[in-house]
Amino acid sequence: MFHIYCPYCEEHREEEEFRPKGQAHIVRPKDPEACSDEEWGDYLFFRDNPRGIHHEMWVHAVGCRKFFNVTRNTVTYEILETYKMGERPRITAESLASGEIQGNVQVAGGGQQTVGASNAAVEAVKGEQA
Amino acid sequence: MSKSVTQPNRLKEGGRIDRSRKLGFTFNGQHYQGHAGDTLASALLANGVDIVNRSFKYSRPRGIVAAGAEEPNALVQLGSNEAAQVPNVRATQQALFDGLVARSTNGWPNVQRDVMSLVGKLGGRFMPPGFYYKTFMAPASMWMTYEKYIRKGAGLGRSPMEADPDSYDHLNQHCDLLVIGAGPAGLAAALTAARSGARVILADEQEEMGGSLLDSRELLDQQPAAKWAERVLEELAGLDNVMLLPRTTANGYHDHHFVTLHERRTEHLGETAPLVDGHRGVRSRMHRVRAGQVLLATGAHERPLVYANNDVPGNLLAGAVSTYIRRYGVVPGNKLVLSTSNDHAYRAALDWVEAGREVVAIVDARANPQGDWIDAAKAKGIRIITGSAVIEAKGEKRVSAARVAKIDLDAFKVTGQAETLACDTIASSGGYSPVIHLASHTGARPTWNEEILGFVPSLVKGVHAAGSARGIHDLAAGMADGVAMAAQALEALGQSARAVELPQVDARREGPACALYQVPHEKPTLRAPKQFVDLQNDVTAGGIELATREGFESIEHVKRYTAMGFGTDQGKLGNINGMAIAARCLGKTIPEVGTTVFRPNYTPVTFGAIAGRHCRDLFDPERYTALHQWHVENGAEFEDVGQWKRPWYFPKVVNGKKETMFDAVARECRAVREKVGILDASTLGKIDIQGPDAREFLGRVYTNKWEKLAVGKCRYGLMCKDDGMVTDDGVTSCLADNHFLMTTTTGGAAAVLEWLELWHQTEWPELNVTFTSVTDHWATMTITGPEARNLLAEITDIDLDRDTFKFMDWREGKVAGVPARVFRISFTGELTYEINVQANYAMHVWKTLFEHGEKYGLTPYGTETMHVLRAEKGFIIVGQDTDGSVTPEDLGMQWCVGYDKPYSWIGKRALTRSDTRRTDRKQLVGLKPKDPKVVLEEGAQIVFDPKHAIPMPMAGHVTSSYYSPTLDSGFALAVVKGGQQKMGETVYLPMADGQVHEAEIVSPIFVDPKGERQNV
Amino acid sequence: MSNPVVAKARTFDTRTEANIPVESPLAYSYQRSGAPAPSAKSRVVLRERAMLGHLILRGGAIVLDEAVRAVLGFGLPARPNTLSHSEDGARSIQWLSPDEWLLIVPGGEEFELEGELRNALGDAHYAIVNVSGGQTLIELSGEKARELLMKSTPSDVHPEAFPVGKGVTAVFAKTNLILRRPTETRWELVLRRSFSDYCYRWLLDAGAEYAIGVER
Repeated sequence: MFHIYCPYCEEHREEEEFRPKGQAHIVRPKDPEACSDEEWGDYLFFRDNPRGIHHEMWVHAVGCRKFFNVTRNTVTYEILETYKMGERPRITAESLASGEIQGNVQVAGGGQQTVGASNAAVEAVKGEQA
Repeated sequence: MSKSVTQPNRLKEGGRIDRSRKLGFTFNGQHYQGHAGDTLASALLANGVDIVNRSFKYSRPRGIVAAGAEEPNALVQLGSNEAAQVPNVRATQQALFDGLVARSTNGWPNVQRDVMSLVGKLGGRFMPPGFYYKTFMAPASMWMTYEKYIRKGAGLGRSPMEADPDSYDHLNQHCDLLVIGAGPAGLAAALTAARSGARVILADEQEEMGGSLLDSRELLDQQPAAKWAERVLEELAGLDNVMLLPRTTANGYHDHHFVTLHERRTEHLGETAPLVDGHRGVRSRMHRVRAGQVLLATGAHERPLVYANNDVPGNLLAGAVSTYIRRYGVVPGNKLVLSTSNDHAYRAALDWVEAGREVVAIVDARANPQGDWIDAAKAKGIRIITGSAVIEAKGEKRVSAARVAKIDLDAFKVTGQAETLACDTIASSGGYSPVIHLASHTGARPTWNEEILGFVPSLVKGVHAAGSARGIHDLAAGMADGVAMAAQALEALGQSARAVELPQVDARREGPACALYQVPHEKPTLRAPKQFVDLQNDVTAGGIELATREGFESIEHVKRYTAMGFGTDQGKLGNINGMAIAARCLGKTIPEVGTTVFRPNYTPVTFGAIAGRHCRDLFDPERYTALHQWHVENGAEFEDVGQWKRPWYFPKVVNGKKETMFDAVARECRAVREKVGILDASTLGKIDIQGPDAREFLGRVYTNKWEKLAVGKCRYGLMCKDDGMVTDDGVTSCLADNHFLMTTTTGGAAAVLEWLELWHQTEWPELNVTFTSVTDHWATMTITGPEARNLLAEITDIDLDRDTFKFMDWREGKVAGVPARVFRISFTGELTYEINVQANYAMHVWKTLFEHGEKYGLTPYGTETMHVLRAEKGFIIVGQDTDGSVTPEDLGMQWCVGYDKPYSWIGKRALTRSDTRRTDRKQLVGLKPKDPKVVLEEGAQIVFDPKHAIPMPMAGHVTSSYYSPTLDSGFALAVVKGGQQKMGETVYLPMADGQVHEAEIVSPIFVDPKGERQNV
Repeated sequence: MSNPVVAKARTFDTRTEANIPVESPLAYSYQRSGAPAPSAKSRVVLRERAMLGHLILRGGAIVLDEAVRAVLGFGLPARPNTLSHSEDGARSIQWLSPDEWLLIVPGGEEFELEGELRNALGDAHYAIVNVSGGQTLIELSGEKARELLMKSTPSDVHPEAFPVGKGVTAVFAKTNLILRRPTETRWELVLRRSFSDYCYRWLLDAGAEYAIGVER
């Protein structure tokens, strides 16, 4: 049972209000007819399944009915940020790996915690964030 | 009926029970008496009941071992009648009430004399370690045979066969800080947070809050410790920002600090919740807590020592002995031998002596124990045997003696001659294991702390532990830790803690404990009498040793092979000992072996509390249309369509006999084809679409064209996903240039609305258009059949002339005096008007139609007739004739596909993929059974060659199949490979009973292929 | 019945002045499940406010706010998940999403109001949808109203988290509804018609231990 900050309602709400909609930032090709079958198949069916940082789309189904994005650690289940459609994530696997400091990642403020984690994974994330 | 009752083990005074209130109860058919404030366990011990169960596997007699949730043996079945049965209740957690009836969960036919004990005598050959594993490996069919025998023999409790008279519910809670455990650390923490103004929930699983303070020998500010607990609880109870939940077990720790607590609200009062104001209260309640921070003050479980025959009744935990004496005024025996590895356990011996009973000896594994408690024992004249341990208990149904010997801890060897001490009780203590279960639910692996010889919880962000729960067993230090950890949690919340002054505790000298888990025996483990590690699952040290010899090195594998820590036990007493034994056998250290994962629930939870109020007629929402009452009153049979209750058919009662479904549907079908029928179509999804780009948007989400649809017109539309597969359909009407009303399938309404929003919000935010559900605003009544126009004409001011109000037009006007939008669309193939009015007026319009309809033979019909009529016309139902793998072309609906629309609408690209262009795709066709009496089974598989060897290649399946009164024949829709090119060919449907039906592939339109009837 | 703004949208007065029987979404529920009269023991009281006018407003906050102010004399709520209302409390607007508001007015006002708003909005991009037949409003009051809500919704209804003037879309039992707190002592639930019987039965069942009464 996640506790998710809706960037439109500006509040944490219970997971019961939300539905996950798969990987975020999948853009429909501008000219579908110009795509090969393989490219179209990639767009339709192929998704990432990373261990660690993942960007997901969710919808606040029982709420404002807006779609938004979530940066979530699939190991710890920690939600690192949520952001509106059209915005880019502040936190990515690359930014964490490079140790780049993410100023004021408040979106998750207060409610999102590291749970469902193996110890090692928690330590790894802490290390990465430090 | 109650014989004279003595409680031989009850002390004259002391304890927190109310001696003035006597409570009668029954255990295994015997009547006993206890007092208010007793648990079932303390009352049984007071009455000298030694055997409370038979063990799971070996059927050995078992007695009470512990005083709390960790009790492995005293599992009982509660209930004086069938409806009140509750399985697997721990006697240590069940408050005594007058009239309580309990039975042993295990022990068929009875606990005193058990035929199954033969199995135990045979040394467990019947079920060696790995029994389950090996059984599954053996012919699987044998499991069924074994299971029956094991279940009956082992008795895992049974569920009631009658409905539970009680009600249960859920309460959603939110707080800043959830404190779990109201012992010294938890109370100090809760007080700190509460005084700081935070929203606090304090939950504790026991009947009374206070934890170890309730039976502590310590003085706080020179007062009994329990007094301080009472004072703190009183203060907390008076604060608005605090919720106290006694009798409430935190059973599961889920994501993001969502914790489920189970509160036993009336279990201590009786087997059924009492009536208050004529209403039965809630028996137990699940609190679904979303906490900002969580503080675990769950304390520690004492570890028993693992020595030979340590399961014979009379073997108890040292701490449990103290608890029974000090809290319940019960001494569970006469002559005690205490075997310990630490100072703390000495209290049991002191309490025993002070209760006036004999302590035969304290056997301390340490060579030279030093400390205040040791001095106190010496001062009482208690014999202390050092460097030794109880290596074996004697006795069968009750301990009769303890064999004590010098041991070498490092060499794991008995080094001296064993001495036999006559006694009836052996208390043991191998140290204290922090209760880390909840922390473990979060996925954090605990870490081994060599100093306290136990695992301490690793904590994910937002979780804090205090006191014994993280290995701080000293009372003063534990309370101070509670304050400090509460302050830490508050800081994480951005709140500041107000200082709390803690009471004074006398300082004591305590020496270090030694590491002792399994006690060595003169014989090697596998030949020595059984040394039990997990009493509930009958796992022995020998079993674990055997498992490691058979190659199971991972502790998770050892667990599964031996069943250690399985089920309701969750390794509360046995896990650390088991790991230590595995470590010894493998030549590793305990942290190298690691620990298994504890899972929710911490203790068993009744299904009632899980279901809460979501049962019986509130199990799932039932959606009703505005006309539901009429349907009920007119005898409709209902069908579930999503959450909607839709009339399925309306059986008539003739001469007291109810029409069969077949007859009712045939009658309803004929009425529509010959006269006029009426359907409540209010459940169809309706979406109001407004905006200058509405038309463009429709063109992108539907397969067909919308740019030319004029105001006043309706059009059927087909919707695909981007994989080209049909996902919904419906009629959309143009209300104004920038205003449309879309209808969807009943089941697809919410999904379609979300689908439109998805595309608008993520891909085409530049399109100016909005979508709003109006499903519930409008009630829709469909009148259909040759007489529909005549009927409607009687009660409307709309011009129904066939040339001005044509098929696929809509008009506004009044129907029965109510403003209405009427759509001339048809799902039956007959002349049809769909009347939409604001739902609050629907009943009036519906009844008015019937007032005028009698002379036209107006007949209400349900979904079944609707299905037959539409199938006769070859109209698909998305989700029945399609399954997410069907394209518009597979359905033969090329006419509904705008290949040349400028925008590459959703699904278009996929229709030119190689797979969607295959000519042997399954395509929608009609099937006409060769025998008209046959109604094919929906879902039946179709083959081209019934003589083909099995497995036959499947050519498709039946999607819809009915009897048609119009055709007087069975008929079906089906998807068949390449079917559209196989008209007139014969296919075969082999059935489970060996019959093979034959059918001819025909057009899916069976009635009125030219569509003339709907156009009249 | 229809107004001239046809190019943009088709408005439709779904009410009639004729003396025609009209049924609230709870009509069947009262008959089937009963409506226990409130008594001195009732610690929760339920009251339906049927047949109100419910309009959904869609569009940009700034233009809608201006139009609403001009027509109704009060503006849109300034923050997400809040309510604004007329001085007498009879008309209210609730934030539902960044471009969606629920306007509730006394029954019968909604059609005329929609026309006035459309006129005030002119060429702006917006939508107004009449949903009056599709929902009903019930009020809960009494000392145990909040606890009854805690049994029913995972939304945090503690006064700190749910102050007066807040309104949210909430999970309720196994469905959802709109939950609002217009005053210190009163909660409002906006139910979808088809789910209203389920919600009503849920409230009676969960409220039984508080001797819930239904004011009719």
